[in-house]
Amino acid sequence: MTPSRHAFAAILAKDLRSELRTLQSLPAMALFAVTTFVIFRFGLDRTSLSGSLAAGVLWATLLFAAVLGINRLFVAEREEGGFDAIRLAPIDRSALFAAKATALLVYLLALELVTVPIFAFFFLDSAAALPPLFAVLLLANLGLAATGTLISSMAVNSRARDLLVPLVLLPLVVPLMIAATGATDPLLAVGGPGYERFGTWLGVLGLYDLIFALVGYAVFDFLLED
Amino acid sequence: MGSENTPPPGPAIRLAGLRRDYGDRAALDGVGLELAAGESLVVLGPNGAGKTTLLRILATLLRPSGGEAVVLGCSLPREAWKLRGRIGYLGHEPLLYRDLSGRENLRFQARLHGIRGERAEARIAELLAAVGMERRADERIVELSAGMRQRLSICRCVLHEPELLLLDEPDSNLDAAGREVARGLIGPDTGRTRVVVTHDPERFLPEADQVLRLGIGEIAAVS
Repeated sequence: MTPSRHAFAAILAKDLRSELRTLQSLPAMALFAVTTFVIFRFGLDRTSLSGSLAAGVLWATLLFAAVLGINRLFVAEREEGGFDAIRLAPIDRSALFAAKATALLVYLLALELVTVPIFAFFFLDSAAALPPLFAVLLLANLGLAATGTLISSMAVNSRARDLLVPLVLLPLVVPLMIAATGATDPLLAVGGPGYERFGTWLGVLGLYDLIFALVGYAVFDFLLED
Repeated sequence: MGSENTPPPGPAIRLAGLRRDYGDRAALDGVGLELAAGESLVVLGPNGAGKTTLLRILATLLRPSGGEAVVLGCSLPREAWKLRGRIGYLGHEPLLYRDLSGRENLRFQARLHGIRGERAEARIAELLAAVGMERRADERIVELSAGMRQRLSICRCVLHEPELLLLDEPDSNLDAAGREVARGLIGPDTGRTRVVVTHDPERFLPEADQVLRLGIGEIAAVS
């Protein structure tokens, strides 16, 4: 049996190399997010947002941009026989789940590296909220990566993949989005970042991440069976 | 790698009453045979007779619906995990990522099979030379012809030195030179146990120790 860390590293490196070479997911995700911020900027006709409205705009945009990447996460495995190649290898298949979730996490972090400063430029009066916002982004990304990987692996064999991913994923990430916006709301309050119930919401995000990471690890092997 | 494993006692493949259903339709029904280590089995039959299904069951990619399948001493599907890494599978699809080069694909496969570093590079170089693909090995798969992809797919199939070769139309897309190259890596002289699915009996029957004829709605016949 090949050690799981070697299989994990091989699959992750392969995915990141493919994405860097083809840019099939990240540019679309970033373009979607930036365009949505522009629409909000002119649709709401506001030069500044704060509190729950700012948190809602940020997380709704990031979530739907993430769906674009989640849709494509397993396409190469499905269309180019990667599933078969990986199933023929003497590896723990959970390494595939871990590698795909990590690849998605990297995509989300790269997306936010580009789009969150643009969000701040369009809507925020100061950048003081950005450092603590990073913790919220990281925890919410972990949850999105675990849930997204699980749903993407189930949906990829369906011809209605593009429809199935949002239909199944969005209800599942409602608790994650409630916690993410709950934690972001005080950070983007008028007059500078506040920390009311910030720790509680981070705890909820962490718990969500743990549950879905464990569920993914436990069931992924069965999802790959014929 | 596969060659480091001790050969199992008994036949390399033993099938008894093997069945696979897709919904109400039986794709395979009542397949039984024994194949000794080092022997070649040629599987013949019309389209839809279940040849590829049989190969995918032996490769642990499909679960049988009934009957018994013991491959290299491992009972399927219960012990499929023990068998992975000991099989070389050449299917209809090359199982190569289109946006990676041939060499990158082979490196990826080598790492999945626990072959790393200089050992992997040496093995990949040896196989690329054997199939005459050294010069094109750093081009992306999408830029290569179907025949070249098949050559690389053969490299992928034997990279980890499997004990059992499962070959579905191994000559497809290959020209005469390619077929000769393939023979050196996956032919009967390699000494490996082989199951070859083909529509070209004239080409493969001379290599066969046993022949399995599958028919649609008929009991499989072994000769």
